[in-house]
Amino acid sequence: MNEKRVLNQPGFVLAFRLLVALLASVPLLVLIASIASQSLGPDPGQEVTESLGIAAFQLLIATLCMTPLKRWTGWGAWIRVRRMLGLFAFFYAVLHVLAFLQFILGWSDLWATFTKRPYILAGAVSFLMLVPLALTSTKGMMRRMGRQWKALHKLVYPIAIAAWVHFIWQSRSDVGEMVVYGLIIAVLLALRWKWSGSRALIPFVRG
Amino acid sequence: MLIKKRPSWALPHSEVTPESVYLNRRQFMSGTLAVAAGLSVPGLLSAAKLPVPGEALDFVPMPGFSTDEEKTPFEDVTRYNNFYEFGTGKGDPAKYADEMTVDPWSVVVEGACDRPGAYALEDLLKPHEYQERVYRLRCVEAWSMVIPWIGIPLADILKRLEPTSRAKYVYFETLYDPDQMRGQRSLFSTIDWPYQEGLRMDEAMNELSFLAVGLYGKTMPNQNGAPIRLVVPWKYGFKSIKSIVKIRFQEERPKTTWEMLAPQEYGFYANVNPEVDHPRWSQKRERRLPSGLLSPNYMETVKFNGYGEQVADLYKGMDLSKFY
Ligand code: HEM
Repeated sequence: MNEKRVLNQPGFVLAFRLLVALLASVPLLVLIASIASQSLGPDPGQEVTESLGIAAFQLLIATLCMTPLKRWTGWGAWIRVRRMLGLFAFFYAVLHVLAFLQFILGWSDLWATFTKRPYILAGAVSFLMLVPLALTSTKGMMRRMGRQWKALHKLVYPIAIAAWVHFIWQSRSDVGEMVVYGLIIAVLLALRWKWSGSRALIPFVRG
Repeated sequence: MLIKKRPSWALPHSEVTPESVYLNRRQFMSGTLAVAAGLSVPGLLSAAKLPVPGEALDFVPMPGFSTDEEKTPFEDVTRYNNFYEFGTGKGDPAKYADEMTVDPWSVVVEGACDRPGAYALEDLLKPHEYQERVYRLRCVEAWSMVIPWIGIPLADILKRLEPTSRAKYVYFETLYDPDQMRGQRSLFSTIDWPYQEGLRMDEAMNELSFLAVGLYGKTMPNQNGAPIRLVVPWKYGFKSIKSIVKIRFQEERPKTTWEMLAPQEYGFYANVNPEVDHPRWSQKRERRLPSGLLSPNYMETVKFNGYGEQVADLYKGMDLSKFY
């Protein structure tokens, strides 16, 4: 089919990847513009931390959407941007944690913060699981680890769930936003289950 | 509304920050930058909608009830609000509170008092002279502001309503009107509207308790709780209920909105207290707003928000870690 051939041309796929990279950078660009224009309001540290957290979370969910999109459209380029999206999610998560430590916590009370605040703990758990995935995201690692790579990278599901728990645990009264994200994650998990069985959701299990 | 006005040529009684200068500069800067970046981003950059300053009020400054600390600029006081009736985002009230009509306004007074009834707001306010008090406001979320309020001591108004000996507590209620308050229309809100608050009678009669009708010399912006709100500066901000439509004197202690929602996190007393942490974060320090990104404006939180001299006696013998 002619259309398909165009879509799969290297030039087109490259353009698509650039577009995705650009879109994934938008939260950062907006943040930089907002900081430069001092339009973050009277509590900029809070604002920066929140918007980085949301960016990390949204990109994590976007990463999870790539496999279903590939399945539905049959277009391979979705998978070619998956790793990039995951790394963007990690990048925003790192900035989010640094922003929290620097702007909100001021590097004080560290121990109590991580042991006594369950929602922070959930965020930390999510973050700690992201680290090995980011470290093993290179092509070389993928090749060297073989099937173990797949088994390890199933961690992305508990990561998303922990991040969601981290998010909803902060709600004070209105959980509308959290419920919407929760439904999206639930649908993604259900699809995965339907297509590949429950083992496909359990990290460290080969299959 | 028949709030006393000052002729427009008269100079203000106090040295308020010339907010208009401040506003224009920031608005201009964010405007150009947004255009330059070719971005139109809701929430972040477009938060530049400015509050309409209210009408000037006549008032007497009260140096004895004021602080010399630097005031939080008008534009921050009026664009960074917790007023969940209009949404849970800090910028939501500034965006949506103008959907509320505050004139005419009436306040229902009921319960254990000799002068119950529905009062037009101007009748409730008329006999009193407005004062300006510059108070610290400490939010339970660990940020704080310094705000010049215009209003009337709560005790002066309550006494006129002649509470009886059965009045042990006073209960307050915010307007409930989902047509005007979009936050009350939210499907996922866990709050059981209307917003409810209360004080023990001796707390209400304390000289610090204040009913504010304005700030920065002008009538109250809607997002700050127009047309009339409570200000109890030694307690966390959520006690200072906004847009009051009901005052009830009663014998039993009222349940408050946040207490009903999460009793292990928010108590009836809610006195500012660095020794008692919120279960989800520490209360030892606060960020005084406006805070910078590179130089966060941290300070130690002081018990009773620094008003211990006036209020500590109210809680003598009480275990404040239990009655938080
Ligand atoms: C050590 C790890 C982490 C810490 C200490 C941390 C800390 C925080 C804090 C303190 C907030 C609340 C900011 C506020 O006061 O409003 C927050 C919000 C948030 N965080 Fe994290 N976080 C961590 C990891 C993560 C990760 C890995 C993700 C996602 C992948 C994430 C996503 C979010 C989201 C979505 C929010 C909500 C933002 C909002 O309220 O709009 N966090 N985080």
